[in-house]
Amino acid sequence: MHMATTLSINGETKSFDAPPDMPLLWVLRDILGMTGTKFGCGIAQCGACTVHIDGKAVRSCVLPVSAVENRNVTTIEHVGSTPAGAKVQKAWLEAEVIQCGYCQSGQIMAAAALLAATPNPDDSDIDAAMAGNICRCGTYVRIREAIKQAANGRQS
Amino acid sequence: MNARNSLSRRSLLTGGLAGGFLLAFHLPLRAAINEPVQPLDNTQGKFAPNAFIRIDETGRTVLIMPQVEMGQGTYTSISAVLAEELDADWSKVEVQHAPPNDKLYGNPTFGLQVTGNSNSIRAWWLPLRKAGATARAMLVQAAAAQWGVEPASCSASKGEVAHDASGRKLGYGELALAAQAQTPPKDVAIKDPKDFVLIGQPLKRLDTPDKVNGKALYGIDAILPGMKIAAIANCPVFGGKVGKVDDSAATKVAGVRKVVVLDDAVAVIGDHMWAAKKGLEALKIEWNEGSNAEISTKDIWDDLRKASQKDGAIARSDGDIAKALASGDKFEAAYELPFLAHASMEPINATVHVKPDSCEIWTGTQIMTRVQSEAAKAAGLPVDKVIVNNHLLGGGFGRKLEPDMVVAAVKIAKQVDYPVKVVWTREEDIQHDVYRPVYRDQITASLVDGKVSGWKYKVAGSAVLARWLPPAFQKGIDIDAVDAAVDAPYDFANFHVEYVRAEPLSVPTGFWRGVGPNNNVFAVECAMDELARKAGKDPIEFRKSMLTKNPRMLAVLDQVAEKSGWGQPLPPRVGRGVCVQPSFASFIATVVEAEIDDIGEITLRRVTSVVDTGIAVNPDTVKAQIEGGLIFGLTAALYGEITIDKGRVQQSNFHDYRMMRINETPKIEVIVVKSGEAPGGIGEAGVNAGPPALRNAIYAATGVALRRLPIDRKLLAAGKKA
Repeated sequence: MHMATTLSINGETKSFDAPPDMPLLWVLRDILGMTGTKFGCGIAQCGACTVHIDGKAVRSCVLPVSAVENRNVTTIEHVGSTPAGAKVQKAWLEAEVIQCGYCQSGQIMAAAALLAATPNPDDSDIDAAMAGNICRCGTYVRIREAIKQAANGRQS
Repeated sequence: MNARNSLSRRSLLTGGLAGGFLLAFHLPLRAAINEPVQPLDNTQGKFAPNAFIRIDETGRTVLIMPQVEMGQGTYTSISAVLAEELDADWSKVEVQHAPPNDKLYGNPTFGLQVTGNSNSIRAWWLPLRKAGATARAMLVQAAAAQWGVEPASCSASKGEVAHDASGRKLGYGELALAAQAQTPPKDVAIKDPKDFVLIGQPLKRLDTPDKVNGKALYGIDAILPGMKIAAIANCPVFGGKVGKVDDSAATKVAGVRKVVVLDDAVAVIGDHMWAAKKGLEALKIEWNEGSNAEISTKDIWDDLRKASQKDGAIARSDGDIAKALASGDKFEAAYELPFLAHASMEPINATVHVKPDSCEIWTGTQIMTRVQSEAAKAAGLPVDKVIVNNHLLGGGFGRKLEPDMVVAAVKIAKQVDYPVKVVWTREEDIQHDVYRPVYRDQITASLVDGKVSGWKYKVAGSAVLARWLPPAFQKGIDIDAVDAAVDAPYDFANFHVEYVRAEPLSVPTGFWRGVGPNNNVFAVECAMDELARKAGKDPIEFRKSMLTKNPRMLAVLDQVAEKSGWGQPLPPRVGRGVCVQPSFASFIATVVEAEIDDIGEITLRRVTSVVDTGIAVNPDTVKAQIEGGLIFGLTAALYGEITIDKGRVQQSNFHDYRMMRINETPKIEVIVVKSGEAPGGIGEAGVNAGPPALRNAIYAATGVALRRLPIDRKLLAAGKKA
């Protein structure tokens, strides 16, 4: 039932035993102890569990771990080491986006993937990339602002 | 930026997350342990003048937070209030969750360690300023004694005491031990607001740096040595019990450790959530559903409508309401609001380790001491044997004012000797909430000379407070259920408010962000718009004519009219709606502009709010809370309704209990008025504003006077009229 699985997570190779159908979310949280990636709905409706697979934003709560073997997984703990991730984190703090923060790991992962693919997103790009991420505190106005700020790339 | 708080201590302990995880991966594979613990309040070798301030010899200033952080920014604002009067060095301030202790950390309004009713700053404003000022005076006394000068000849600023005449200075760290030996002054002076250096500034939040990199710890993130994970199934019918459980398939699921059967729930404990969840799905459970299995939403509404015909307990009565309603142009309406779930993004969870002589809890709660005492009862232990480690909350919204999830987790953890983290699926979270009650608010009014002459307002609905804080329920009046009804901002000469307690069949009710004012601001502001139309007046002019004794409300209303472009021409089927509200001692006027298409779909175009909350401790937080609160309220107006069929909640997750998303979010402009008045509450106020302002915008755009939430699009298709 359990199988030895090898993943590349945040640039490191991890081997562990997990059932092949186990969603990546629970591997990260309950086997690897990486709690930055959040559980919100379990059915890919809220985006709290968003990670990057080969740079693309993916909902880890419905992604069987067997489907990502030997692919590059990036999580919120490491996204700051990518240029887009670092810009997004900085803009998030400058715009003071965050309230409770629980959804923000997923928001930041989604925004970083957007900026990596589309360096200067317009409002409809932002809507398309971010509409899968729910924020119950209602920080959407500032998320939009921060993405634009990050895109304008005041790097320091 | 320096690490500014102690909230992710374990990441510091492991030398940064990466290092800690790396180690863990090369050891036998298991989760990295983070074991977040409530730091012991060790005052040895520190200046510890009260329960809130700890300064060590390096000047490190730890402030202990009596209120919990669930996104509303209170850790930063409370710190600013303390640091202001302490004249602390803001860059050295760190925050720490308080342990359970009503005596030290009880909210002055409730006498309980509770975060709710948007009152953290209101309740603590003076006590914390005095606490900070007293500490500062003791530091000044210590320095003056060392220098042999009068304390009055010394000043303090940014964590230092200075003797201006001689130019000598001593840091708070250097003074810590000497200050501890000082006698606190009896009557300490607090600052004149004009001298504030932190209060009123848009200070950066202390809790957010760890929220951009995954380091912040919520209750659901606790990981303890040997911990297992449990998934839970509560009886789908409220009040039902477990009948028979066949666990033969569940125990064969790889990773399942144990099946725990409680009175009204079944839990499966596994190595991880996936095993627990699959184990739960493999159980065959027969429930004894009980008599509630017959109940549906219709029964509940039939009951409430019937109950609302009764006379209620009188909560306010000015003038002669019978006489006033006997003349003039009469208006009658009833407004109805649905059950709502909280759906905080962090699903309900609690981690518990029960040992023979102790019980330790890791969770995020708005009510520390009640969690402790209820856990003690469930564990069969004295209260002082229960340790509660609080966390950042991934949203609270009132759901975490209840201890039920902790009690259930204690009962589960009692069955095993290892720590168990009980995580509710989103489906359990939505279907086993304590719901915002259904309300029916009836208004009978009379118009004379274009103004309201008689105003009779009757609220019918659940008395949440009577359950939650029984002594507060007096003479049949739930002061929460009539909040913002008894103190509606208008000067009605004949002003009568009644309350009918009506508990919904089977459905548990609780506080929901915005609390009582949600239903009352909605009903009052909807009725005011309908009355304005009846009087042939502009909605804002109509309101202003009855706000002449309320200058703060008038001022925000005037400003919102200007900022929102009130009165400017709009395309067809686009309307503006206004709302004024007196809730939480803040004065707020809001205009929503919305478009309704031919099939009744709604597009929010723009929202403008002007806020006079008195002294805004952190104006950026005030803005953020109004922005977010508006979306929370608008979400409810657009989508929110929990319905019951055969005693069960019919909604289960975000696909059928919808939330507003970024693509539906309009431009929101929030203007915070400068004021020298005492601070008001702000965390819930925005929630009150959205639904009536949107409903009134729809009324303006379509002529349809909606009287129920959520908004029924079918009533708004082109060609329909009220």
